[in-house]
Amino acid sequence: MLALQILIDGFAISALYALGATGFTLIFGVSGVLNLSHGAIMVLAAVAAWAAASLFQLDTYSGALIGVAVAVVAAFATYFAVVQPIQRSRRIPNEEKEIFVLTGTLLWGIMIQELIAYFFTNNAKTVLPIVEGVVDIAGIRTPRNEIFTAVVCCLVIALLWLLVNRTRTGKAVLAASMNPRGVTLLGLELGSIYIVVWAIYGILAGIAGVLLGMFLGVSSYSVGPLTASAFSIVVLGGLGSVSGSLIAAFVVGYLETITAYLISPAYRTIPALLLLVAVMYVRPQGLLGRR
Amino acid sequence: MTPKFRTLLGATALGLLMATGQALAADPIKIGVIAEAQAIAGASIPQAAQLAADEINAKGGVDGRKIEIVTYDNHSSSADSVRAFQRAVNEDKVNIVIASYISEVVLALEPWAARLKTPLITPGAASNEISKAVHADYEKNKYTFHGYLTSAALAQSVCDAAKELLVEQRHMKTAVIMSEDAAWTKPLDVGYEDCLPKIGLKVLDHIRFSPDTTDFTPIFNKIEGSKPDVIITGISHVGVQPTVQWKNQQVPIPMFGIASQATNSTFGKDTNEAANGVIYQGVSGTGVAVTPKSIPFTDAFKAKFGNFPSYCGYTAYDEVYYIADAVKRAGSTDADKLIAALEKTDWIGTIGRVQFYGKDDPFTHSIKYGKGLITGLMLQWQDGQQVGVWPADVAKAKLKFPSFIKVTSN
Repeated sequence: MLALQILIDGFAISALYALGATGFTLIFGVSGVLNLSHGAIMVLAAVAAWAAASLFQLDTYSGALIGVAVAVVAAFATYFAVVQPIQRSRRIPNEEKEIFVLTGTLLWGIMIQELIAYFFTNNAKTVLPIVEGVVDIAGIRTPRNEIFTAVVCCLVIALLWLLVNRTRTGKAVLAASMNPRGVTLLGLELGSIYIVVWAIYGILAGIAGVLLGMFLGVSSYSVGPLTASAFSIVVLGGLGSVSGSLIAAFVVGYLETITAYLISPAYRTIPALLLLVAVMYVRPQGLLGRR
Repeated sequence: MTPKFRTLLGATALGLLMATGQALAADPIKIGVIAEAQAIAGASIPQAAQLAADEINAKGGVDGRKIEIVTYDNHSSSADSVRAFQRAVNEDKVNIVIASYISEVVLALEPWAARLKTPLITPGAASNEISKAVHADYEKNKYTFHGYLTSAALAQSVCDAAKELLVEQRHMKTAVIMSEDAAWTKPLDVGYEDCLPKIGLKVLDHIRFSPDTTDFTPIFNKIEGSKPDVIITGISHVGVQPTVQWKNQQVPIPMFGIASQATNSTFGKDTNEAANGVIYQGVSGTGVAVTPKSIPFTDAFKAKFGNFPSYCGYTAYDEVYYIADAVKRAGSTDADKLIAALEKTDWIGTIGRVQFYGKDDPFTHSIKYGKGLITGLMLQWQDGQQVGVWPADVAKAKLKFPSFIKVTSN
């Protein structure tokens, strides 16, 4: 009984982690940017969806769409206002640009976080689930919303896989992650590939944020932990490796759920962090990292 | 010009002169307000304090002295609060400080009130340790006043209500305590553990969880496993998430107890109305005439800020009034004289009759709990509204639960 409960709850949370981490790792893989405003963009999406439904009386679907749209806008803002100016700057030495991007996106994330807290308080917000109610799965009372979350996450990840492996644009993105110089030599515009990647990132982070808002709820305090969790999943899976991130998301998700059920909810995140430290010792490139 | 008119003109001129003279001579009474302006509960503190000050000033102030509120947002942080307190006293020269609903913050400020010899009063923190420290070292800590019920009194208030509402009316027998791990819940839990069995509710389990918990599924799962009739809550830092997940997961057990976020009228929207059915303790509440001042205050607050106040809005509003009253009685804002006057406070506010425990009581400088003073209320979210359900003399509504709740009334 408890095993089944862990299996169900763990799957939903892992799928959500996977979706959140995929966009994060994709951006890193393709453009070498570690976007530390990731958590802020996810929270922004959820808060926008909440505000649309709660303050402007829109229906749940429109609210969710607005949440995702806001995340896409925020992703572009991150790219054009923070990342690109640093990358193009002549005053910042090339070898320091990564650190500048890291710091820039971190500060950008804090700005978003404070703005959310200022306008919508730092108390948690929850998005009204698209599907409500519960179903009985072999004696386990499971919210329909939890199943919906898992299904949407898996679908979006599958669509992403199709996009990357089966379309021309996707192949260009993949190529850019392998060899950016090669891509430019083939006559493809690296800049437009980056824009595509940031758009995909915005959609992924937006969907993950809105789903998280429906499933558990978010507050401006969630910004740090969400970035940290995406970061550790991506490091565990291997920086830039999408499939590594997927595996790592399930490892972390289940480890947390097992800890919460069998030991105590208070120690939820600790074993996953210990595992991260252990993996860094034994296999610094992560589970499926290249190099 | 007739002589009569000349006299009138002269009198007016004299009056005007005197008025300006008085305004120049009388310094304002400066009250610093350090609060969690970004949190649902804390946001009401500076708003309510300002409302009270505006009302007092509109009636001419205190002996011609206006009340000036100086606000500081502490971002829910103790370190920010200490810096704000130092700035309030040393630079902004406030006479007294109203601060915070978080016990950790008030406990961090208490020694600073002693060091800087500036009276401090909290509208919403609950930890017993705040007033116990005053009792333990009166000369040093006499600057701190506890303008809200102690955790011990809160537990008692919840038990008093539970006895009537749950045990006598609904024949409930068992409970699980669910509280967040924070300074204020330690004495609260001790109080619950002590008084729940006495009223006839056996405590089956006691779950303390981290205030940064986001997924409450395992917690509700564990609670359901012990099959209690009711969940007795002690939550303040969290509120929206456990409530929404309680509804989404259709946990069939009612929640009853302290849920600070539920005291704010925006809680319904924040939870997408998942709040319906939640029963929570308050010192006062929307639409409940605890005293004749309660409803005019909530109406004025709503008219000015668009929403009803949280629990610490009521206390902050009362505090500004009884500080003004104490300044009037003391005839001064000198710290020692003000403390002596505050100790003699006997003020009918929005939450009841406010008096402070004395030097020899264990909770020195904390507001007195009991019939005829402050007893607290129980309220419930019903159909998106907050309604009073206890005590019967002021709160008329009956308990009402959403369909997924299975209330035992055997």
